[in-house]
Amino acid sequence: MAGAALSGRVTWRVGTVVALHDETTTARTIAFHVPDWPGHVAGQHVDVRLTASDGYSAVRSYSIASAPNSEKHVELTVERLPDGEVSPYLTQDIAVGDRLELRGPIGGWFVWRAQQTEPIQLLAGGSGLVPLMAMIRSRGAAGNTAPFRLLYSVREPEAILYRDELKALSDHDGTLTLTFAYTRVAPKDWPRPPGRIDAVLIAHTTWPSDLSPTCYVCGPTPFVESAASLLIAAGHDPNRIRTERFGATGEPR
Amino acid sequence: MSSQSDDYLDGNAAAGELSNIFAIDITAAEGQCAHCGATKHFAEAHLYTQAPGFVARCATCQHVLLRVVTVNQRVLLDMRGMTYLMFDTSRLHDSGQ
Repeated sequence: MAGAALSGRVTWRVGTVVALHDETTTARTIAFHVPDWPGHVAGQHVDVRLTASDGYSAVRSYSIASAPNSEKHVELTVERLPDGEVSPYLTQDIAVGDRLELRGPIGGWFVWRAQQTEPIQLLAGGSGLVPLMAMIRSRGAAGNTAPFRLLYSVREPEAILYRDELKALSDHDGTLTLTFAYTRVAPKDWPRPPGRIDAVLIAHTTWPSDLSPTCYVCGPTPFVESAASLLIAAGHDPNRIRTERFGATGEPR
Repeated sequence: MSSQSDDYLDGNAAAGELSNIFAIDITAAEGQCAHCGATKHFAEAHLYTQAPGFVARCATCQHVLLRVVTVNQRVLLDMRGMTYLMFDTSRLHDSGQ
């Protein structure tokens, strides 16, 4: 454990699927047990390698959804893409007991550490919520009470990831504020018509820049570009905005 | 052409492949663009993957910082676009909690 962490070396490890949970009709959470997992920090990702019987292999990156834990469990939430090469397998065919190759944990920049005490602004576009959820969960697990706000842009109510958990958290934790922004279909009587996030929404639902929050933005590239520009226009210091892009198609890498 | 496109990722997405080369995480390392002099974390670079390998470009001026091409068992690393990379080794003990 210490050896892997000390050298900082990222290596391929074998993880065994221990649980599967469908979050929506297209997204599934896969829990792995990884015996030699060295631990991770919220926001990091892993590479998953699938190798066919003819030797052809494909590697994709997926954000870690779970908080660091002592059970050496790692959860990934994967969104199925219609033309994806890897995501259909991970969201439809995989079974408990399957063994997969994982490389990680990866990345030391797009991370939130439990020692951070400043206000945190999270902006998620679609499945960009996954690494931000790891931050929310890590905060809870660490008993950290730094004030968090999440602005979650999502296609429609049925596409919300971790819906019950998010609702329970925002109902019971006054220091976590949650705002949904629907882009295609909003619930009946929702105050805001469906649409992309804009300056008005940013002004009304996110931390003002004079509180100097650290902002984490994750989602498809167009969402990240737009959200980061809105934050800068609202007066946020670009050095306090950290971004992670999933590409224009939404497939991580 | 591709530098104008919206279809890029960030340096984070290259971290897995670069872990084959670098012993410690490169995404949190600060690098200086040899063209415009901007100093940013490697994670902030724009990463283009529609190529044989990938190309990282400066988020400020779009000049090429780094190229990696893998053919068979050979990995070509071209870092002509960076004058330096600075690693913060104080985080090396950080493995989670």
